[in-house]
Amino acid sequence: MKPKKKTIGLLIYLGLLMIPLYWMLNMSLRSNADILASFALYPKDITFVNYLKIFTDSSWYMGYVNSIIYVTMNTIISLTVALPAAYAFSRYQFVGDKQLFFWLLTNRMAPAAIFALPFFQLYSAIGLMDTHIAVALAHCLFNVPLSVWILEGFMSGVPREIDETAFIDGYSFPRFFITIFIPLIRAGVGVTAFFCFMFSWVELLFSRTLTVTEAKPIAAIMTRTISATGLDYGLLAAAGMLTIVPGILVIWFVRNHMAKGFALGRV
Amino acid sequence: MEKWANNKAWFLVLPVVIIVAFSAIIPLMTVINYSVQDIWGPGQSVFVGTEWFEEMLGDKRLHDALWRQFLFSGLVLLIEMPLGVLIALAMPKRGWGVSACLVTIAIPLLIPWNVIGTIWIIFTRPDIGLFGAGINNLLGIAFDHTARPLDAWITLMLMEIWHWTPLVILLAYAGLRAIPEAFYQAAKIDGASAWAKFQYIQLPKMRGVLTIALLLRFMDSFLIYAEPFVLTGGGPGNSTTFLSIYLVKIALGQFDLGPGAAFSLIYFVIVLLFSFMFYQALQRVGKGEKG
Repeated sequence: MKPKKKTIGLLIYLGLLMIPLYWMLNMSLRSNADILASFALYPKDITFVNYLKIFTDSSWYMGYVNSIIYVTMNTIISLTVALPAAYAFSRYQFVGDKQLFFWLLTNRMAPAAIFALPFFQLYSAIGLMDTHIAVALAHCLFNVPLSVWILEGFMSGVPREIDETAFIDGYSFPRFFITIFIPLIRAGVGVTAFFCFMFSWVELLFSRTLTVTEAKPIAAIMTRTISATGLDYGLLAAAGMLTIVPGILVIWFVRNHMAKGFALGRV
Repeated sequence: MEKWANNKAWFLVLPVVIIVAFSAIIPLMTVINYSVQDIWGPGQSVFVGTEWFEEMLGDKRLHDALWRQFLFSGLVLLIEMPLGVLIALAMPKRGWGVSACLVTIAIPLLIPWNVIGTIWIIFTRPDIGLFGAGINNLLGIAFDHTARPLDAWITLMLMEIWHWTPLVILLAYAGLRAIPEAFYQAAKIDGASAWAKFQYIQLPKMRGVLTIALLLRFMDSFLIYAEPFVLTGGGPGNSTTFLSIYLVKIALGQFDLGPGAAFSLIYFVIVLLFSFMFYQALQRVGKGEKG
C-alpha cells in the first residue's frame, strides 16, 4: 500500500511540473489572433507559423546562434583555466590557498546586478562591447569558480598514489595530466562542461547589458519583445520552446552524474 | 590525507586568478570609486565621502526591498527543502524510471531565466493562462498577478518552487543513493518504522548535500533578478521589488551612479557574510565526507 502512495505523489509532482511547459507548447502552436480570441485547452488548428517566423527571420534565429557562440566560448575558456587550478587545489598546499578559494567562492555568490554597470563601462572602454567574447568573459565571473569547485570535488576522489606512480615512472606533469589524469575524471569534466553551458545559457542580466545588436542573445531578444507593445504570445512561446531544446539534448549525457555536479563534487 | 606543500602550485591557479580578477576586481574598483563621488558627466565629479552610503542606508525603499528579500528567501527555503526531500524519497531506486525521473525533473533548471518568467506569464494571465483563467472562471476567485500584490507573490512563489525545487530533489536523491544497502537491511532486521529509518539513517546521511542545497537555494533566491523582472517587473507598485531589481533600477535605469554603487557595496557585504558561512559549512561537509 505504502509504495503505491509514494508513486502517486511522485506522478502528481511530475504532472504539475509538466503543465506550465505543456501550456507554452500549446500557445506556441497557435496563432496570436487565435490565442487572444478564444481560450482552448489544446490547439484546435495546429499552426507552425510562429516557428516558421523564427527560423526565417534572421533577427530571431541569429539570437540562438549568438547564444550558442558565447556559451561555447565560455565553456572552453572556463574548462581550460579551471582544470589545472582545480588540480592545484585538490593536490597541493600553497601560500594563500584557502583565501584564494574563498575569494573565488565570493564571485559565484556576488549579485550579478552589482557588476552590470561596471561591466558595461569596462567592456565599452576596451572596445569589446557587443561582441561574443565580452559575454563569454563576463560569464567566466561565475562559471570559472564553479568549474574549479566541481572539478576539485571530482579530483579529490582520485587517489594520489596514481599521481605518485606516474611521476616515478617518469611522466612529465603536462603529459601525465592530459593523458592519464583527465581521462580518469572525464565524468567530472563532462558534468562541469554541462554546468558551464547551463549557467551561461540561462543567464540574462550580463548578456542583455553587454550586447546591442551584433551579439544579442535570444534571451535579450525575447525580453525586448515583451516590453514592446502588441505582444505576440504565440511567437514568444515558440521562442521559449526552442530555448529548452539544447538543454534537453545535453542533459541526457550527464543524467547520472548531474547531482554530483550540483553538490560541487561532494556526494 | 595531507596535501603536498608546494608553492609552485600557484602557477597552476594563475590563469584562473587572472581571468576572474579581470571580471571581478576592475569592476569592483569602479564601483568603489563611484560610491564616494558625485558624477554629473564625463570628467565632472566631486568627492562626497560617505554621503551615498548614508543616503542608501536610510533609504526606506531599500529597507523594504531588504525585508521583502528575506521574506521571499525564507518562504522559498521553508517550502522547497521539505518538498524536495519528500519527492527524492518517493523516487524509484533502480530501473528505467530513474533516468526518466532525473531528466524530467531537471528540465526547469535548464530553461533560461527570462523564459521561466515568460512561461509563467503565459500560464497565469487571467485571460489566456490555464492557471489564471482556471482560478478566475472555475473557482470564481479574482486572480490577477499584474494588479494585486498578494496574487503577484503567489505567482512568484509558485514559479520559484517550480523552477528550483528540482535542485533540492537532485541533491537529496544523490545523498540517498550514497547510503549503503546494509544500513537498510539492518533497519529491516530491527523492524524500524519508515519514520525511524528517515530520522536515524536517511536524514543524517543527507546532511552534507542538504547543507549545500540549503545554502545554494538561499544565495540564489537572495540574488533573484530575471524571473520577477520578466513576470512582474517589480510590481504591482513595489510589492515584488527585490534587492537586485531595485539596484538595477537605480544604477542602469536612473543612472544614479553614486547611490547605485553604494547600494552595490552594501548588498555585496551582506552577501559576503553569507558566503563566509557557506564556505565554513562547505569545508565541514568536505571533511565529514572524506574523513
